[in-house]
Amino acid sequence: MAVSASTVASTRSAVEAALTGGRRDVKGIVFAMLLVLCMLASLLMLTVLLWDVVAQALPVFQKRSTGFLTNELASSPDKAGVSQGIWGSLVIAAFVVVLAFPVGIAAGVYLEEYATPSRLTRFIQLNIRNLAGVPSVVYGILGLVVFVKGFDGVTGGRSVISAGVTLAILVLPIIIITTAESVRAVPSGLREAGYGVGATRWEATRDHVLPYAAPGILTGTMLAVARALGEAAPLLLIGAITGRLATASDQGLLDQLRGKFTAMPVVIYGWANEVNRPGKKTGLTFEQLNSAAIVVLLGLVLVLNIAAIVLRNRFERKRQS
Amino acid sequence: MTDDNVFTTRELEVYYGAFRAVREVNLDIRRGEITAFIGPSGCGKSTVLRCFNRMNDLIPGAKVGGKVEYHGIDLYDEQVNAVEVRRRIGMVFQKANPFPKSIYDNVAYGPRLAGVKKRDELDQVVESALRGAALWDDVKDRLKESGLGLSGGQQQRLCIARATAVEPEVLLMDEPCSALDPIATARIEDLMQEMKDRYTIIIVTHNMQQAARVSDRTAFFSTEVNPESDRRTGVLVEYDLTKKMFSNPGDERTEAYVTGRFG
Repeated sequence: MAVSASTVASTRSAVEAALTGGRRDVKGIVFAMLLVLCMLASLLMLTVLLWDVVAQALPVFQKRSTGFLTNELASSPDKAGVSQGIWGSLVIAAFVVVLAFPVGIAAGVYLEEYATPSRLTRFIQLNIRNLAGVPSVVYGILGLVVFVKGFDGVTGGRSVISAGVTLAILVLPIIIITTAESVRAVPSGLREAGYGVGATRWEATRDHVLPYAAPGILTGTMLAVARALGEAAPLLLIGAITGRLATASDQGLLDQLRGKFTAMPVVIYGWANEVNRPGKKTGLTFEQLNSAAIVVLLGLVLVLNIAAIVLRNRFERKRQS
Repeated sequence: MTDDNVFTTRELEVYYGAFRAVREVNLDIRRGEITAFIGPSGCGKSTVLRCFNRMNDLIPGAKVGGKVEYHGIDLYDEQVNAVEVRRRIGMVFQKANPFPKSIYDNVAYGPRLAGVKKRDELDQVVESALRGAALWDDVKDRLKESGLGLSGGQQQRLCIARATAVEPEVLLMDEPCSALDPIATARIEDLMQEMKDRYTIIIVTHNMQQAARVSDRTAFFSTEVNPESDRRTGVLVEYDLTKKMFSNPGDERTEAYVTGRFG
């Protein structure tokens, strides 16, 4: 070590100066601030929207309490309620679960796990992606032509059956795509391990691919139900009722399914077009009722999302153990 | 062909789409021996290994030409059921890949598929497979715990136990120690020596010392550049007793490789 003390000291301070000085990353700071700003802007809009809706809806729930949830559509804001809308939306959700879930999951598993990759399968996949982007009003036309007019003997025409089947078809591409993506994400080592000890394709799919893909599939299907719950355009084309809807309580279930119907998004649409005059008894307006209906719809979606999260966590815990 | 040959390949070649990954492989794999496949990356040794239990079937576009015979039966005959092939010819993979299930269920999976249902029978199979893989003492008190909670070396031994639980005749090992530390590697190598009298073993390895330590015979694969494209096709350069391959190889490319001058 022939280096003298003075050279060490000077190099040390030089190194220190070099390490602590240097230019500040101004562009980087500006960029980070911009990111935060954009995030806050979107958050702000969401908050304002929610605040506005909840503030308007509160008096409805205070003055009408559960009557708002149990009453039927009516011309007076004192009496109108969303029970028929909730029923219609739940039936539509049930149709999506019963029709679109099994078909969509099966199609997604086939495309990813069974179909040999070829130009044809790529073409099919591309078109399913395109279908997911088709505007919902187009599906409304399809529902009108096929289920309301074509199969009116079965569906009863402008009925909740027609609506449920149409919306099930609307969300089918979403379910197929998310299923295929979840299946694609299954590590190939897991499949090979199964095949390696003599599993057939069905056994490998049942025991390894599907359980591993289940949380992703579940998330996709729940998003699909939420989407179906929020769609208004196809229902308007199919002919959901926006005004007064008389449902006799002595009707059988099949008659109800095949009869006139409404659903939450359509109720909201209808009330937005009502004359905004306060009711004589409660002083509530349709505008306020509308906000309350939005809160109910958001509540439905929220319950579904929470259910999806709980189920997914349970699946994921199983996957790890 | 003598009865001592488990596998015989003649003019074996594998295509991935239009690309020929390996060509003209002629090998006789002898019963009860450990055969090592060595060679540089991309020389097709794993590809050839995967022909022996038809694992290449799972890769879209893979095509096998030539002949692979297992006890004289063409493995790629239309009558042959790939699922049955894989029950007799087990495989251990490069990356330990236990199922995300309990240790017990990992080992019991194969036997269950094969139709073993009785609890005490399964218990017995699981215990003997885990003992055979030198894992029983480590895990006997936590069979219900996840296989993913084990260390890397233990996971690989669990995979060996899983593969042997269906009592295969052959064990194919595709670089089973490449992700393990030297101690875990030594345990697997010891295990291979113990398993030798029960199984015919073929091991692909990047590690020449490993091949020299564990194997009876060694096949050296190399690559040659195709004149029409710059993609490389694997070829079998030399196949002989391991002792000879490492002391007095017949091909100068083998000598260059095993002495570390190439690859």
